[in-house]
Amino acid sequence: MSFREEHELHKRRFGRNLGLGLVLAGFVALVFGLTIAKVTNEGFAVRTPQGQQAPQGKGN
Amino acid sequence: MSDASLHSASTTQPGEAGFGDFFALLKPRVMTLVVFTALVGLLAAPVAVHPVVGLAAILFIAVGGGASGALNMWWESDIDALMKRTRKRPIPSGRVTRDEAFAFGVTLAVMSVVMLWLATNALAAALLAFTIFFYVVIYTIGLKRWTPQNIVIGGAAGAFPPMIGWAAATGTVSIESVLMFALIFMWTPPHFWALALVMRGDYDNAGVPMLTVTHGQRATRVHILAYTVILAVMAVGAAFTGIGGPVYLAVAVVFNALFLRDAVAIWRRDEAMAEADNYRVERRAFRLSLWYLFAHFTAILAEAALRGLGLAGWA
Repeated sequence: MSFREEHELHKRRFGRNLGLGLVLAGFVALVFGLTIAKVTNEGFAVRTPQGQQAPQGKGN
Repeated sequence: MSDASLHSASTTQPGEAGFGDFFALLKPRVMTLVVFTALVGLLAAPVAVHPVVGLAAILFIAVGGGASGALNMWWESDIDALMKRTRKRPIPSGRVTRDEAFAFGVTLAVMSVVMLWLATNALAAALLAFTIFFYVVIYTIGLKRWTPQNIVIGGAAGAFPPMIGWAAATGTVSIESVLMFALIFMWTPPHFWALALVMRGDYDNAGVPMLTVTHGQRATRVHILAYTVILAVMAVGAAFTGIGGPVYLAVAVVFNALFLRDAVAIWRRDEAMAEADNYRVERRAFRLSLWYLFAHFTAILAEAALRGLGLAGWA
């Protein structure tokens, strides 16, 4: 029993899906990196329920 | 609509384009200019940016520029099919449908603006949104097929990236970023008109009212010289502003002298002379114009780096 030869169309679809997957993985990594960069910034602060600014990050 | 565009629309099946076809919609070669000038704007700014934030900013500016390119190709697929230089693009060659290109462009445009806002600030995002709007609506849909001054006004879209990079770092627009904008804005017309002289038949066939088509070669040659003279004065003058310094001045003097030499040579020639040597001088001027912009922005970057070490400037 032999496998059918892969059609050019399937190769193209695979390439597109692989490319999209890598782009999405890169995007997730970038957003994660951005989040880390922002929350470790000295100027980063979150608002508490009382409306006061609670400082966060390594500088505090 | 042309026969060519009807043909391509009828043979293209949605969903069959490869990854590279979508990448080609982003106009990667134009994107390299966007990335480089935006990076210079970001690094020349007197504010330190976290490397990840800087990387994200440049990436989203590049994606925004790419989205403009995709929407430009969506709108211009009919004339792209008529010009030698553009007929192999994804839409006229039948690899991507117009609807796919439109959806792709709009999605990336919205995403890049929102993400640039989240990564940096509202001003940078607003400038990016305006750039995309300007390039797609004002230039591509509005001016390009209407006026021979299309390149002059449309050049503004390509001039915004360093200003966006600067705004991403500082949150402001300042005289330095306006100067970088002005440098690209004044450089664009002689750069494109040199190309238009070389590609003379293409714009004729497509019915795009380039200066070469509406006013002829003589007027185009005069315009190239006039804009190059103004550009040279401005580019050398910028050496004595906040973005300049001795290194920038040396680079500006050399490259503006070379560009002026070519502009004068173009002005002195006529169509017969150009045909005789297959537009040798015009081709040389076009190639030089690419190096010209690269050299000026590299010099701005060098001045910023030297300033960081306390070595640059006139003080």
